This record gives sequence, structure tokens and C-alpha cells, in this order.
Amino acid sequence: MPILNKLVIFDEQNINDSLKKALSIEPKDVVMEVRESGLKGRGGAGFPTGTKWMLASSANSKQKYVVCNADEGEPGTFKDRVLLDEYTKLVFEGMVIGGYAIGANKGFLYLRGEYRYLLDKLNSYLEQMRKENRLGNNILGTNFSFDIEIRLGSGAYVCGEESALIESLEGHRGEARNRPPFPVNTGYLGSPTIVNNVETFASVHIIIAKGAEWYSKHGTSKSTGTKLLSISGDCKKPGVYEVPFGITINEILKLVEAENTKAVQVGGASGTCIPKAEFERSISFEDISTGGSVIIFNETRSMLHILENFMEFFVEESCGQCTPCRIGNVKLLDGLKKIRKGECSLSYIHELIELGKSMQIASKCGLGQSSPNPFISIMTHFENEIFSQR
Amino acid sequence: MEKTQQSNRAPVSHQPLKVEKGNLGEIGSLVEVEINGIPYKVPIGTTILEACRMHNIHIPTLCYHEDLCLAGVCRVCVVEVDGMRVLPTSCTFPITNRIKVKTSSEKVRKARRHILDLLLSEHYGECYSCHRNGNCELQRLAKEYGVDSYKFGHVTERKHSIDKSSYSVIRDMDKCILCKRCVRTCIDLQEVGVLEATQRGDKTTISTFLDKPLADVICINCGQCINRCPTAALKANDPSDDIWAAIDDPDKHVVIQTAPSPRAGIGEEFGCEPGTSMTYKLNTALRMIGFDGIFDTNFTADLTIMEEGTELLLRLKKKLVDGDDSVKLPQFTSCSPGWIKFIEHFYPEHLDYLSSCKSPQQMFGSVIKTFYAQEKNIDPSKIVTVALMPCSAKKFECNRPEMTDSGFKDVDYGLTTREMAQMIREAGLNLPELQNSGFDEPFGDTGSGLIFGATGGVMESALRTAYELVTGRPVPFDNLQIIPCRGFEGVKEASVLLENVKPEWSFLEGVNLKFMIAHGTANAKKVMDALVRGELNDVHFVEIMACPGGCIGGGGQPIPTSPEIRQKRAELIYKEAEDLEINKSFENPTIKYIYEKFLTDGPCGHKSHELLHTHYVKRGKYID
Repeated sequence: MPILNKLVIFDEQNINDSLKKALSIEPKDVVMEVRESGLKGRGGAGFPTGTKWMLASSANSKQKYVVCNADEGEPGTFKDRVLLDEYTKLVFEGMVIGGYAIGANKGFLYLRGEYRYLLDKLNSYLEQMRKENRLGNNILGTNFSFDIEIRLGSGAYVCGEESALIESLEGHRGEARNRPPFPVNTGYLGSPTIVNNVETFASVHIIIAKGAEWYSKHGTSKSTGTKLLSISGDCKKPGVYEVPFGITINEILKLVEAENTKAVQVGGASGTCIPKAEFERSISFEDISTGGSVIIFNETRSMLHILENFMEFFVEESCGQCTPCRIGNVKLLDGLKKIRKGECSLSYIHELIELGKSMQIASKCGLGQSSPNPFISIMTHFENEIFSQR
Repeated sequence: MEKTQQSNRAPVSHQPLKVEKGNLGEIGSLVEVEINGIPYKVPIGTTILEACRMHNIHIPTLCYHEDLCLAGVCRVCVVEVDGMRVLPTSCTFPITNRIKVKTSSEKVRKARRHILDLLLSEHYGECYSCHRNGNCELQRLAKEYGVDSYKFGHVTERKHSIDKSSYSVIRDMDKCILCKRCVRTCIDLQEVGVLEATQRGDKTTISTFLDKPLADVICINCGQCINRCPTAALKANDPSDDIWAAIDDPDKHVVIQTAPSPRAGIGEEFGCEPGTSMTYKLNTALRMIGFDGIFDTNFTADLTIMEEGTELLLRLKKKLVDGDDSVKLPQFTSCSPGWIKFIEHFYPEHLDYLSSCKSPQQMFGSVIKTFYAQEKNIDPSKIVTVALMPCSAKKFECNRPEMTDSGFKDVDYGLTTREMAQMIREAGLNLPELQNSGFDEPFGDTGSGLIFGATGGVMESALRTAYELVTGRPVPFDNLQIIPCRGFEGVKEASVLLENVKPEWSFLEGVNLKFMIAHGTANAKKVMDALVRGELNDVHFVEIMACPGGCIGGGGQPIPTSPEIRQKRAELIYKEAEDLEINKSFENPTIKYIYEKFLTDGPCGHKSHELLHTHYVKRGKYID
């Protein structure tokens, strides 16, 4: 699957030999360049990448790790798969640059179990990198050594959460850790670890090549650069698009030739449902933040059905360790079932919305904190439609 | 005070924050924290929960337990921290810089209530048909938050069947709230690892290997999980109905032996402070309940010392004089049935190091159905022996097929402290209000074995006897208190030099008798691993107790348990022991009497081997 709309990062003309350039400057300058670019985590949470790297690079430890989160599990997102498949160089070299920046010698690519078919291809690319001395000992003749190992996930959505991912890497049950301590201090095997999204590493590549100043001209002032969106649903041209931050929902709908759109789910199951009245809102960290999933629903779709689908997903994927997420999602789904049977009062739904708000702040990790999002946003915007559907 | 040790098996996230120089300031330096508007200073790295407890600010908890590594899963202890979008759990959040905390804001109260309502919606059963009624942490929380209805429903059908396979521990997973205290107890505190969460989401269950019955996995029956379960998901296998039936049967002669630790703990079941002595009041209660004979397990604790001490000296002689290298040293104690099952599963090739002595409980059983039956002229088939123990593993032990040397089941029922308290309540008695009364003949003299209840107690008793036997002098410690044996350090090591020994023990002249003491199987594992590595060649005697703190912290003791509670129980035992007239096993008149009249060929003689010694089973970790 090609990228349908190439702007900055994925324009072949811009793909340079960033690795050589990065290794020729001081690690702290690499961190500085990333900081100044304003790059924020592309997994969706939007933590400033430069800050994360700075914390890890200043952590006092001989052993540090770089982890690339390729557990692309959010329903409706498939852009990391395209990056891994077609822009492998950007991802892996971005990891090497990250290792150089924070002082790590070992990197892991945590690959989603369902992407196993990419494993051979990725491994042979790593082998090629080793042959070309872009990986291994004394990379490109410098004193810096770094290697990458691919580890496969086993299909748990929660392992996309960075601390659950680290638990899984260590061979434990995939369950989120308590925070603090954060992975930049206490990560894989207790060592400082940066966990970044596939797209984040690819973006670093272009930042090093073209410079922070050039990069930060794209997008908005608080959301610099571009974003890959995985667009699916009711439109004529679904696919992966590179768009500048600040793009509105209306602009996106035009780009993919969507018609009669009723609502757009941005950020996947754990994201927010945007009704037609709000289509002038924009994709950016200051407005609608997303890891990349955009799902378009036209007038024929049942919002109750969509919401049930999302809640079934969370009931299935909750790791089960903390109370709000383990039981809360079940209660939200049960409420929807009750609506279908005509057994649910409006006041009970309001009670469930309150429960959802407690889940958002009291759950242990991002899964439980975001799983009530679709419930709250769809219920809020489509209460009348949902209650008229039985 | 006992310090809970973090094992290396606790996941990083469950370990306390590493406070390092530089990134967080000096260890031990103070940091200011504002809780509910009032500033406090606490050592850097103190969790919000600890800080609140230091200053008597109440925060409810469920998955938190002082003995265990952190989990942060129940979320009941959430608080609001200024500047944070989410509510962190106070049990896991270390204070490293100046923060403002609210422990009871609107968000906090709502979230806690929601969490509680969710837990109650999945918690099967009703309080009045539950053995933890009145002592359930979930119930207490429901009361604290004024729960008067099931906001999100309530399960009315069982999802799991009750696992009653084990002689010791019964699991009712429908009562489980998934706090994982049992998991952490088993893998982290005890390093056994029988329990783990399986499945995920709402299907998550605490399970055994391949979901086998507890009797078919490597559970050592220590019951530490029961002591730490906040609800009734885990309980001991209660024989009290059978015991009542025996008492009510006029044909049966029902006798009970009481161990020191339950006597130090049972007061807690009646609202007394930990460390309140109930020994003689308990005798009165047992008489009123209808037991026909009430005896002190201290008697067979003394008997154990005689046998085990002699066995040690014989091993030393065989090794040092006869040059018999097949003799295994150090000799390990065998009083703790949890420890026995632990070594049988984890170190099956090292069973020869165990003393062949039965535990005091089992020795008493054999003696009752032989010597006592003979002395009292009672048909042993009519005798029912009950053992009041602080222990759930004792239930398994008395059911071991080899424990029938009297010709009958030596001990019929092992009863825990908690179950005894229940029987006393059922009989309409308020234990603290009862009069004192003594033990029954012929075992009326209280022996010296009282201190068996605390970790190090067996060693201390054994040394007193062995040292005096060999040298003719009492042990060279003030008031015979061998201080190196005392305290709650995980593994203790000490030695006593044998000098100017009696002529018959001349081969021990100048021997530095070296001994080790460990409690909790995580510590036992350290000792066994050292043995396997060949590092214990100069050690002669090792005492191991399966439970943290020894028997006073046993799996049958009153709930709750904490380092402080165990400390108080141990203090009581040592204090009572100071008042004893007899503090050396071989001076106990009943001991002298039984060797004169019954075990006539002496300690480790033919008869005692028949009745008082046993053998072990190579179980291994894989059970078909």
C-alpha cells in the first residue's frame, strides 16, 4: 500500500543520509535538534520526543535501551505497517540515531504479532544494515555501536502501552506498570529506556536531514511537522495520507472524497467521535489529537452499533489488572445492551457517563483512561439517535 | 522489627522507587508535601500513602499490604495531585518534590465510590453467609462509603466452582476481587509461585498451573495467602463440624493439644491487642466446650528437642568419629510442615539433610494414642486428637499417609486459631472474660518449648539441651537467652564453641557449633541454594520455618497480619518463656517420665524411631 499523499518526510527527495550526519555531531546536539523541531510522540499521546530523549540521555546508567513501538493495535490504524514495509530505512536509522542520542547500544523493535509476515523482510534489512556498517560495531567508522533486535508481540492491545510493552519484552504478562517511575528512568530490565512510535523515529530521520528549523515550519506552532493518517470507512479513497498538522476534518473528507458523512472517529476506538457540526475542528495536539486513525461514518451507519463494537473491543482487550478498566468497560457495554433491549433509563446512561469520567482519571494506564472516550463522546453527541434505536 | 524483603522476582514496577543521588536529591533528605492544605515534611521517596499514615490521614486501601511488593491495581487509594490530569494511587506514588495532595476531593470520592461499586458488582455472595463477615476489607469499605445498593448490579450466579481439593487451603474465586495479594504472597514473599493471573479483561482469574486443583500443584499449604486475602476468596479447610460431632459423641474421648502461637494470637479474634496471653483462659474455654483432655504442645516440643538434639549429636559422631561421609550435615529442622513440603517439591534430592523427627504436633498424636491411651486405659480407637495450631499446613501434615504410627491416624484434626475462635464464639463464650485454668495430666507441666513459636525458637531450645548435654554446663548466655537466635532477620547465622566437654563427647571438643536460622520459604530458598552450591559445609544445624516470623505468623493465625502484629506476638512468647520454671527440655519431669516408662530405649531409640520419626517424599515440581 503506497502513501497516497506525500508531503515532507516521505517525499523521496527528502530522504537523505541522516545517519551519517547525526553521528558526525555530538549526541547532545542530536537531542537539541529533536527538541527544537518541536516533534511530539506520533503514537498519539504527544509527549515531546526531545524532552523524553533528554531525560533518558541525562539518566545515570551504563545500560540504556531504545524501543520502537510497532505494536500498531489501535483499531483503524495501519500507517506504521506501511512505514515498516516501505520506509524501513527511516525507521531503523531513526532508532540508531535515538540510541546515539541517549547513549544506548541496544534497540528493540516490538512488532505487532499480526505483522509477523514482515519479520523476514525486516530481519534481512537489518542484516543488510550490518553489512553496510549502518548497524553493529563502530557504525560508519565511529566509536558508536548499536544493534537492533526484533521481538514479536502476541496480539494484546495493551502491549502498545509503553510500560506494558516493556513488561512483555521482559517476558512477563503484558500489564502496565505503575508510573512513576517512568521508562526514561526505569524501563527495560530497570534501565533507562525510550519507547517511541514507528512514525516518530521516521520523523527524526527527516529532522536530522533537513534541520529542526525547516521541519518546524510545517504544521502549527504547537504541532509541528506532518502526520500520517490511516483513513478508512465511508469514503472513495481510503489509505495512508501524510497531512500537515492543522488540517480540518472537512479538508480530510474532501481529500478522501467522502460524502454524506455523519461522524468521524479520530484516534481509533480510544479516540473521540466528531459529529458533523464540528467538522471545522483540526487535527493537532491542541485540538483533536490522534495516533493516526481516522474512521469515517456516513448517514447510513448506526452509532449504537459502532459504539457497541468499540466497547466490545475494550472489554476484550482490557488487561484486567485494574478495577476501573476491567469491570468498568463491561458495565458500559452492558448499558448499551440494555438500550437495545429497551431496558435502560436515561438516568442510568448518565450514571455510566459519570463512571466513564472516573475511569478516565482512575484507571492505571492509557487503555482504561481512554476506553470511555467513545462512550462519552458518542453518547453526548448522538443520545437521541441511540435512544431511538432499539 | 521484621523488614519485608523484596525478592528479585518482583517486577520492576512493583519495586520501590530507586532514589539515587543526583536525580532526586540525597537519600533520607526531607521534602515538603502539602496534604489537604497542611504542609508536612517527609523523607524523599516516601509514598503518599505512607506519608498520610505517618500523620493519621486515612486513605482506604485494598490491594496494598505492608508485607508485599506494590501492585497499584485496585485503585481504591487514588488521590488528587495538583497539576496531574489523572488520579495516582497513593500506595505507589513516591514523593520526590513538593506536591499538593488532596485525599478527599470530589473527583477522589466519586472515583473511589465508583471503584467500590464495580468491585461489589462482581463480588459473588452475601455477607451473612460468609466466614469473613465482620473481618472483610471489602465489607469494611462498603460501610465506610455508605453503600446501600448495588449501583451497577450484583452477580447472582457462580462463575467458578470452589476448589476444596486441598487439605489446607480452599479457594472460592467467586469472592476474589483480583487484588493479587495472594499472587504476590506466593511468588514474592514465599517464592513458591503457585498462583498467577490468567486470561485477561473481565475473564481474568487467579489460577494455578493449568488450572489444576490446589492439591495437585506445588502448593506448600503455608496459608500465607489466606492471611493476606482481603475477602473470603481463600480460607483454611475447616474441620470444626467434625470436631463438634466428636465432642457430641459420648463414645469418643476428644483431646486437644494447643501450640504456643495460637495462644498468643487468639485474643486478637476477641478484640484484644496483639500480644495478649490467652493460654490459661483458653484451657477454660476448651473445657467448657467439652474437650476431655487439654494438653500443651510444649511437651512434645521438648520431646522433639530430645530427639532432634540427639539425632544431631549422633550425626556429628558418625561424621567426626566414624568418618561416615554418607551422613548429611547440616541437619535441618522438620517441625514446619510447610517447609517440609517446600523442600519435597523444590529440593527433592536433599531430603537426607532433614531431621527424621516428626513435628511436635505429630509426636503428640502418636503419644496420645499409645502412651496416653495405655496410662489412662482408654481404647485408642475411641480417642480423637485435635491439634490447635497457627498453621494451615498442619492440616495436610496430619493427613499424610505415613502419620499413622500409633496404629491409627495420629492426629485426627488440625484446627487453626481462627477456627478455634469461631468454635469458642459458637459456644457462647467470651474468651477474655474467662477464668484461668491449667493443662491436664499426665502432661500438665508446661515444657520449655514455648519459644518454638517464634523464628529461632527451635534452635535456641535445641542448643540449650545439646550444649548442656555435651558440656554439663548451661549455655553461656544470660538467662539462657541465646540472643543471636532472636529477631526477624531473614537468615541468621551464629555459632557456639564447645569447650571442656564431657568425656563421652570428647570428639566434640573445640568444635565450633555453627547454626543458621531462616523463616519464610524465600529465605529457606536462599539457604538451600547455598547448600546446593556447597557453601554450608561448616554449618551443623539449620532451623527453617515456612512462615515469615515463624509460627506466630502462621497461615492459621488471626487476620490481619503485619510485621508489627507478628512482633507483638513474638514478644509475648519470649516474655512468657522467661516466667517458666523449666526452660530446658531435658529437665521437664514429664519428659523424664516418658523416657523412663515408655520410650525406654532413650532418644532416637527403637521405640521412638517407630513412633516419633518419619520419612519424606520426593515430590519434585512436576506432578502428574
